[in-house]
Amino acid sequence: MSRGLLEAGRHHASKGFSRRSFLKFGLTASVTASGGFLIGFSVPAASQDQGKGKSVIGGDGVETPQDGVFAPNAFVQIDKTGKVVLIMPKVEMGQGVYTALPMLIAEELEVPLDSVTIDHAPPNEKLFMDPLLGGQLTGGSTSVRYAWEPMRKAGAAARMMLVSAAAQQWQCDASTCRAENGKVVHAADGRSASYGELAQAAANVPVPQDIKLKDPKDFRIIGTPVKRLDSPEKSNGTAVFGLDVRLPGMVYAVIVNCPVFGGTLASVDDTHAKKIPGVRQVIKFDNGVAVVGDHTWAAKRGAAALAIQWNEGAGANVSTQMLFDEMAKASEKSGAVARKDGDVGKGFANAKTRVDAVYQQPLLAHATMEPVNCTVHVRPDGCDIWIGTQVPTRVQGAGVQATGLPPEKVVVHNHLLGGGFGRRLEYDMATQALKIGKQLGVPVKVTYSREEDIQHDMYRPCYYDKLSAALDANGKPIAWTHRIVGSSVLARFAPPAVKDGLDPDAIEVAADLPYDLPNQVVDYVRQEPRHVPTAFWRGVGPTRGTFVVESFIDELAAQAKIDPVQYRRDLLGKTPRARNVLDVATQAAGWGKQSMPQGQGRGVSVMHAFGSYFAMVADVTVDKEGGVRVNRVVCAVDCGMVVNPNTVEAQVQGGIIFGITGALYGEITIKHGRVEQSNFTDYRMLRIDETPPIEVHIVKSSEAPGGIGEPGTAALAPAITNAIHAATGKRLRQLPVGYQLRSA
Amino acid sequence: MTTLSINGQSHTVDAPPDMPLLWVLRDIVGLTGTKFGCGIAQCGACTVHLDGVAMRSCVLPIAAIGDRKVTTIEAVGETPAGKKVQMAWNQLDVVQCGYCQSGQVMSAAALIATVPHPTDADIDAAMAGNICRCGTYNRIRAAIKQAAKEA
Repeated sequence: MSRGLLEAGRHHASKGFSRRSFLKFGLTASVTASGGFLIGFSVPAASQDQGKGKSVIGGDGVETPQDGVFAPNAFVQIDKTGKVVLIMPKVEMGQGVYTALPMLIAEELEVPLDSVTIDHAPPNEKLFMDPLLGGQLTGGSTSVRYAWEPMRKAGAAARMMLVSAAAQQWQCDASTCRAENGKVVHAADGRSASYGELAQAAANVPVPQDIKLKDPKDFRIIGTPVKRLDSPEKSNGTAVFGLDVRLPGMVYAVIVNCPVFGGTLASVDDTHAKKIPGVRQVIKFDNGVAVVGDHTWAAKRGAAALAIQWNEGAGANVSTQMLFDEMAKASEKSGAVARKDGDVGKGFANAKTRVDAVYQQPLLAHATMEPVNCTVHVRPDGCDIWIGTQVPTRVQGAGVQATGLPPEKVVVHNHLLGGGFGRRLEYDMATQALKIGKQLGVPVKVTYSREEDIQHDMYRPCYYDKLSAALDANGKPIAWTHRIVGSSVLARFAPPAVKDGLDPDAIEVAADLPYDLPNQVVDYVRQEPRHVPTAFWRGVGPTRGTFVVESFIDELAAQAKIDPVQYRRDLLGKTPRARNVLDVATQAAGWGKQSMPQGQGRGVSVMHAFGSYFAMVADVTVDKEGGVRVNRVVCAVDCGMVVNPNTVEAQVQGGIIFGITGALYGEITIKHGRVEQSNFTDYRMLRIDETPPIEVHIVKSSEAPGGIGEPGTAALAPAITNAIHAATGKRLRQLPVGYQLRSA
Repeated sequence: MTTLSINGQSHTVDAPPDMPLLWVLRDIVGLTGTKFGCGIAQCGACTVHLDGVAMRSCVLPIAAIGDRKVTTIEAVGETPAGKKVQMAWNQLDVVQCGYCQSGQVMSAAALIATVPHPTDADIDAAMAGNICRCGTYNRIRAAIKQAAKEA
């Protein structure tokens, strides 16, 4: 996500990730409380009989060991039957980790991929913290980057111990045995023993100190296009998301949050609501009301029938215009310096020409297809929470805070996520559900209507960027200044990551451009959008930063009257991986090969973020009414060594589509302190009939894996606006494209 | 009391007549494969078949169903078109988060059942009502064509 988080994480990692704690976990938490076979949930198609119709429940975490289960570390368990369980530290929200991480284990453990099943990791920051994120979180396109070493090492350590166990039994040297296909085989005489047979003995073998990983040339699974393990259950309706939880005695609640951020409940007249058949109860709390019913429909009708008075508070004055005015004002101040190279003043003094520009980006809602929801059962002696979350430990913390119970009494049952995109990095929905559950004592499923989901999101912050560049006689940039103004999500989400006023997420990409710019200053001014809560959104800092810098580079090329690809290429001499993806994308797209018809344009963008290099070429048509259609996107990806090319293609395509939605339509506006948008009618999503063909070209690389979940989104928008400029001559410095071309 | 034929079984439910089928399926009958997405027929996550025709169950009062047979994602695999669509979905790995896919599969199955060899325009028309936030549209299009090949 950012370097600041990365460093903060490393610090903790050295404390938490010791071999001892791995072992300790393995011995104390390997088996279910029932003492039976390892269960949890089963994703793989190979074990559908166990997965079908079963809630994706894991992470109950209060478990005792069972005899004969080999648990060499926090991630791997093998039982007497040879069944391999991967303790999954990441959550699946579509990005394919339930396939990619088992691939890493299976590769080194020498087992068939379909023999690996998954159990969600319990909340345990020490064991399952992602050092790139500083917590047991899923986000920031870090899952494969995080797991690349530890998962393979976990598999390799287990394999070495199984081989040692076999060698001991056969009284031979371990080097004469090899592991293959879930067995250890004696090379000379062909004797073999299955992992299940060896599991108990392997548990007594010392953990190897020197873990030997396979040479990538010997990979048999990594790098191959493996099919997702969760495809069948997600196309036949049996996959269980948080909203699908059903419990005995459960009631259904629909929530009405105060429409103004920071406002509170004054009074509610529930006379009409209570007359609706199926409505049981109306629950009031500090900043909202919930109607509880026999089913969601009764609760929903009841919620609509409430007459509520709110104490709106100071938030009622907020408008979008005010937020942008305040950012513009803040941009007059100097900020925390993120980067300072060379002598900018001299550059401007020697400039042949200069370019100045201001870019503005709106608030955005996440609009996951599964509206946010949370099911809770609060009792005097315990609390259960059913949810799909990217932050299980934080949800547990919300339960502790709401109930006053000790952490071990608050059990988080994590589920498949019907989209994350950053929304489920927050736990506000759990906090709200707990307020309701505390007053009930029975299990209650709290559902946000789509309107509540959009109007009570935590939003991708609006940003204001001011740039200037000095060009020499050849049009080359000899000075570059960039002031970034906007909310610091990290200051709330992970305060230690923000040092000396510098938010590493806010400046990501902008402060580390692939271009050769000898004189540059990048600084950041924190300006929060009053009352409006902000959060991470797919692509995080790079989504905002890339739009700005890749648009501005295009402006410089236009000013210099140089082809935008050539202009970039000339500045990428020190970043060969970036230049290579630019070459691959532009060649595949046929850049410069033919002139575009009237009303059409082609735009380009380059990005280095999330440990990956991306280049995109987008073709657009701008019609006479100013409507924009994206006709094609060509993307070149260097994400280092590829674990599953099938997933890389899907994530890049999906990321690009997410990006097109944002670039063309995405905008949340505030009036009288309220979000004006409410549903897919006025918060529009790209649909299949608007979706262009998207070519993904994956560049071969032997570098360590980079992220792929977000860069597609992050790199997309400037390719579109640059293409619009090529088509119309109009430079859009504000997103979304929306109706900007209509009035012109 | 309303009696509904759901996936070949008769269900008599105690629900208000204006209650949308979506909530009857999810909260009363216990078929949670049909998803809630928007509540106003804008996203298609709640798509079911009524006598084989794709309908948005979030705005379909149960009183309006009458004798028509309801098929949900849980049983669409037993229809020839549904089976083909699910197979293609698995072959091409369409899904990501998966939440919208019940609705996508239902819309696609209704399309294939009526137009065995759909054109791109047919696919656009039949599928534009189904939003996928993960952005699986390219593979949805490819999978519908793949399913049509099996016809």
